[in-house]
Amino acid sequence: MNIIVCIKQVPGTNKVNVDPVTGTLIRDGVAAKMNPYDLYALEMGLRLKEKYGGTLKVLSMGPFSALEVIREAIYMGADGGILISDRKFGGADVLATSYTLCSGILAMGEFDLILTGKQTTDGDTAQVGSELAEHLKVPHAAYVRELELEGDRLRYVSNLDNKTVEATIKMPCLVCADGEVNTPRLPSFKRKMEYGNCDDLIKIITFDDIIDRDETHYGLKGSPTQVERIFEPDKTKEKVIIAEGDLAEETFKILKDRKYI
Amino acid sequence: MGLLINQKLVNDETGRQLEKLCPFGAISYTDGRLEIGAGCKLCKMCVRKGPEGVVTFAEEEVMKVNKDQYRGVCVYADSDHGVIHKVTFELIGKARELAKVIDHPVYAILIGSDTDENVRELLEYGVDRVFVYDHPELKDFDIEKYANCFADFIERIRPSSILVGATNVGRCLAPRVAARFHTGLTADCTRLEMKENTDLVQIRPAFGGNIMAQIINPYRRPQFCTVRYKIFDSPEKVENPTGTVERVQIKDEWLESSTEILAVHEKEKEMDISEADVIVAVGRGLKSADDIGMVQELADLLGGVVACSRPLVEAGIFDAKHQIGLSGKTVKPKLIITLGISGAIQFTSGMNSSECIIAVNSDPEAQIFDVCNYGIVGDIYDVVPKLIKMIKGE
Repeated sequence: MNIIVCIKQVPGTNKVNVDPVTGTLIRDGVAAKMNPYDLYALEMGLRLKEKYGGTLKVLSMGPFSALEVIREAIYMGADGGILISDRKFGGADVLATSYTLCSGILAMGEFDLILTGKQTTDGDTAQVGSELAEHLKVPHAAYVRELELEGDRLRYVSNLDNKTVEATIKMPCLVCADGEVNTPRLPSFKRKMEYGNCDDLIKIITFDDIIDRDETHYGLKGSPTQVERIFEPDKTKEKVIIAEGDLAEETFKILKDRKYI
Repeated sequence: MGLLINQKLVNDETGRQLEKLCPFGAISYTDGRLEIGAGCKLCKMCVRKGPEGVVTFAEEEVMKVNKDQYRGVCVYADSDHGVIHKVTFELIGKARELAKVIDHPVYAILIGSDTDENVRELLEYGVDRVFVYDHPELKDFDIEKYANCFADFIERIRPSSILVGATNVGRCLAPRVAARFHTGLTADCTRLEMKENTDLVQIRPAFGGNIMAQIINPYRRPQFCTVRYKIFDSPEKVENPTGTVERVQIKDEWLESSTEILAVHEKEKEMDISEADVIVAVGRGLKSADDIGMVQELADLLGGVVACSRPLVEAGIFDAKHQIGLSGKTVKPKLIITLGISGAIQFTSGMNSSECIIAVNSDPEAQIFDVCNYGIVGDIYDVVPKLIKMIKGE
């Protein structure tokens, strides 16, 4: 089975700067880590690979600093990684991001399974995986908690609101792992010593390496949504202390005003 | 990838012709269907040299759509085996407000099986036209089948905006369909407004609520967004519903799927206080274990769960899985009511990022009043029983 796991480097903190001209988030200079939700997808993929054989590669998109999370994935057990990195990809919204990942995957060749995390902790949209599946024209399953090979299909359990669904899906396909579905392994010190900075295992793809080189499909140009403005939320926490009157009735009013009842 | 196939013009002759024509072997013609595979290099040979109109190249990425051709504010009716998720009604209420600004109709798209009751409900909330995709095979949510029905609706009806509830189903379906139409999708909007030129203003928190972003989709249609449950008000039902219904004839090809659903299980209701939207937490102010009943009743009335602070676990009144705080669980519900909890940092650090904190405590100096939104200075034994009666409407 050929598995590709999509991973993303996210800021280590919630502090962020905003580019005043384009309105996009400036990600440079913020301590970074692998998106925690991607770790579950990666662990899910590594377990399949260990059980059924095949290869597992990771794919990331971003600046060269994202090589760090690809190395981490290799130390955890991935066979190699691809970084899609080009200035032309910057400033992408959900559509352009998922399209760029699609282009990267098509440049990587054949695959049986694409795994993604549930969402990232920076964008928080939980939409890139599903859009990626659509661009790749493969079926997908989201919020997957268990995944097993069954003949030429994958059998999964997914978490759909107040239902749990058991199903099988034809490969090639894409699976978005739910959160907290396993305990991701730690990077292996032995692998770290063995592979060092992983130069031979990581390939960098730029705009010139992808098949569809229509610039209007990528980055800011390929993003239908535009951030008109960014503003601070109202931080003044309303605080009301009620010590007199009919306290039950006042409490009732609060619950009603705030639509809890 | 920009190439569109008009399957209606595909037949044995045109299909085989195109299959041979493609220099990269990326076009396949099997079982009457033409497909362009991953080998496509977008050389557009099939567009220029192939039979006219079968494969076309969509330039829409650089073209601005004619917004006048898109009418209607549509709500996806999230129906799970015959039960419409309440977020749907909230979105209908908002859709009515938005549509009024531009004098557009409000649509609902409903996909499922045995939908008559659901249709009636949607009309009662003032939808102008309900588009129904009803088929036994649409009983369970299947992303491919549902996306095909949704795509048919968009192609034929061309709505201007589409509002989808941010349930797991909605979060799976909306992106799949939005990507099919190469249009924008904004997740988890907390505010929506309508411009006179039909651009939907979508406001959402970015970066964990540190920053709010105002987003528009000015060149493409439809404009997709998702909204979580309980963000907007649930509207009143209209007195004499005047909306109409279109039952769409389901085509067999929409029901093709790579997924085979084996079983659908109701989730067991397992108590996990950190997952709860509403929590009623009780502390040392509780005089006796016998009084848990009133706390539980309040929690039940608010659709929430009961939690506690450390002393009640140590006293053996509650199991540790109910405990909030550094040594218990961290919670971030939409509403937490604390009853007789003094608010030591050990406790508050496990709950102070809750959306709304209502604290009831008889000591006006209690630390809990430093972190609350509403502080009720009083005895829980006076406040809670009366509050329960009021909620029950007695």
